[in-house]
Amino acid sequence: MRSDIDHLGRPVVVVTGMGVLTSLGQGQAANWRALTAGVSGLSRISRFSIAGMKTTVAGTVDFIPVDEMSAPALSERLAELTIDEAIAEAGIGQFGDFPGPLFLAVPPVEMEWPQRLALAAASGANETVTYADLLRAAGSGDFARFNERFLFGSVGEHLAARFGTKGVPIATSTACASGGTAIQLGVEAIRRGEADAALVCGTDASVNPESLIRFSLLSALSTRNDPPSAAARPFSKDRDGFVMAEGAGALVLESLAHARARGATVLGVIEGCGEAADGFHRTRSSPDGKPVIACMRRALADAGLAPDDIGYVNAHGTGTPENDKMEWVGLQAVFGDRAGSIPVSSNKSMIGHTLTAAGAIEAIFSLLAIRHGVLPPTINHEIPDPAVPIDCVPNVARSATVTHAISNSFGFGGQNVCLVVGAA
Amino acid sequence: MPHEVSNPDRDALITGIGLVSCLGEGEDNHWAALNDFAPVVDTASFAPFPVHPVAPLQLDRQISKRDQRQMEPWQRIGTYAAGAALDAAGVKGNADLLGRMELIVAAGGGERDYAVDEAILSGLPKAADPGAYLNQHLLGDLRPTLFLAQLSNLLAGNISLVHGVIGSSRTFMGEESSGVDAVRIACARIEAGQGDLFLVGGSYNAQRPDVILHYEMGGFLWKRPFAPVWARQDAGGGMVLGTVGCFLVIESRAHAAARGAAAVARIGSVQTDRCRRAPGEADAIARRQLDALHYDPAATAVISGASGAAAATREEQAFLAGLGLPVRAVATAFGHSLEPSFPAGLAVAAMAVSRGTLFAPLEPAETAMCEPLRQALVTSRGHWRGEALALVTAA
Repeated sequence: MRSDIDHLGRPVVVVTGMGVLTSLGQGQAANWRALTAGVSGLSRISRFSIAGMKTTVAGTVDFIPVDEMSAPALSERLAELTIDEAIAEAGIGQFGDFPGPLFLAVPPVEMEWPQRLALAAASGANETVTYADLLRAAGSGDFARFNERFLFGSVGEHLAARFGTKGVPIATSTACASGGTAIQLGVEAIRRGEADAALVCGTDASVNPESLIRFSLLSALSTRNDPPSAAARPFSKDRDGFVMAEGAGALVLESLAHARARGATVLGVIEGCGEAADGFHRTRSSPDGKPVIACMRRALADAGLAPDDIGYVNAHGTGTPENDKMEWVGLQAVFGDRAGSIPVSSNKSMIGHTLTAAGAIEAIFSLLAIRHGVLPPTINHEIPDPAVPIDCVPNVARSATVTHAISNSFGFGGQNVCLVVGAA
Repeated sequence: MPHEVSNPDRDALITGIGLVSCLGEGEDNHWAALNDFAPVVDTASFAPFPVHPVAPLQLDRQISKRDQRQMEPWQRIGTYAAGAALDAAGVKGNADLLGRMELIVAAGGGERDYAVDEAILSGLPKAADPGAYLNQHLLGDLRPTLFLAQLSNLLAGNISLVHGVIGSSRTFMGEESSGVDAVRIACARIEAGQGDLFLVGGSYNAQRPDVILHYEMGGFLWKRPFAPVWARQDAGGGMVLGTVGCFLVIESRAHAAARGAAAVARIGSVQTDRCRRAPGEADAIARRQLDALHYDPAATAVISGASGAAAATREEQAFLAGLGLPVRAVATAFGHSLEPSFPAGLAVAAMAVSRGTLFAPLEPAETAMCEPLRQALVTSRGHWRGEALALVTAA
């Protein structure tokens, strides 16, 4: 039986509940079925006009209705649904009374075009509209709900109130590493004895015209629009960018002692966390992979494991030419001769890049892979890249017994997190 | 970190302050300006909304021209303040220390291209195909690199890039609370041995039409000629926003001692909580937080983070009156700055404690303190959510 205390004398942190929602569907079962069948959740964007767009494909979640659609509104709803699932599985606390803090990975918020246009219309300005006109309309008090909706703290506040988490919710943004950062914050809180349990959620629903165009202007997105299911092709020679996507993942973390005491089923262990920042460039990661190598090594050291203990890597694997190459460089440095034979797959080939939520969603998929003994594939793998000779579990899921896995999250802007997760 | 730290080696010390506001930059300039206070307010640019504008900065002292061009104002202000904090702590340029320094930034978002926004708002309603019009103008008129100024995590990204702080990097979002929790998490990790050396803070550019718009929608802003925080309350209250950048180097006592670093002050406790602000709820939290602390009433002052926003400020004013301690509302001097407001309050408290004296009242509602100052309570009652209390003591 696993000890309650880890190799450094800290409480072992386990996962007792998980919830996930992506373009593949709602819930663990639906997602795992699709993911292991190699199904793509990507589709032609129908939420807004794609006229003039170079990229017209995304992994939107279009089957969850919200009032007054906006990125924070849908992000909050996806978080609610995944947290409901995670808490139900964990069977922890009472309804609306979760016995611990909330750590949330949530996209940065900003008022969006429908709201800006509503203010402009209300201002009565005719020929030209200026911010002074918007300010005049704002003074009417008719738009107070926009103020609350687009506060950076509102998603976290609403979730904390709904689920009765304890203390102030922490909303974190480390770009595409945010989900990993949120998990790390939860693990640290439990390890230092501040909490016996923590609720962690990563959520992102920011596929809107301006977000898509901003990424597009940085040439980060795939423009391989036909068919949408083939757009995301991590580790392939003909990869040409990532595909924006939406989704959420929630985890109930607990100290093993706490989980045991209440007779909870342990689904897996968060064994180690590592992070490192990159000071190389605003949009490019260090070509030598130094920060990525550092965060994987730190995660292994934190877990008290050696590279040889790792049986599977759930890659960051965005499908941009540069990321996948850099990740391979990092894997070579960390795993040496094993780098080419250790299975490394990218969920983003099927669900796209869920950005802020990716770290949480992919940690859940890593835990499910261990639990079910099945590695989800990297689909769309038709032309291997000789510069990235990786075993990406091409196209078809594979059975494998894995005890420890790594889940990588590398953030745009230089923030990198690596998690080591293990079998229950 | 609700209670006094028991192991002195794991005390959290402030060993460097980088502060930028309308009053200038640096500890000494701020201390002088607070002791001889005259409000610095821009009443013209965003009339009728007064705003505290940032003092002119010699950005070249901290950021290369090339890097300055890659940033928007909120990033320049924050990156400048971060560099100043590293200088003050004596870690600037020390690759070994910076390589393991942990960065926690409290951030909102960055500036927009206001001309592009206004052109689209003017043209879109008349366009035959509004969706296509929006796409065409965003694709054609947005500077590709503007995105790098807008993402919340790219203040931290710039600090890593410009100053080489690369041990780790986390960005917290959520107005006032994010600044409090950035400090709280750093102190808790130090206490628990989860880290030794942190750079914590944030920046806020109030001189932006979009942020004024955001708070005006909620009815939070003061729209009359400038008045200090407490004096505003009789006339309905309201926030006057201020541009502020503030970073603190926070490290364990053992780490500071080992490298011979002098400390400005010690952070004895940081407590945070939230409620939905039903009548009395925030006060009940404040009372609980206060009861968890030990302080000497004869040698303690309150550095209040009151925003000026009506309900929360009035409640805090009444609560503080019951304590009978001298109070200073930092927002009177700096303006309210959301994310960095709490780190800036801590910086002011640390300066006062290290000098053993409180600066003169900023308005008639505040009382003078003649006795030596040994400790300061720092409050942060968010304009909407979040209640926090910290204790700063001599190092």
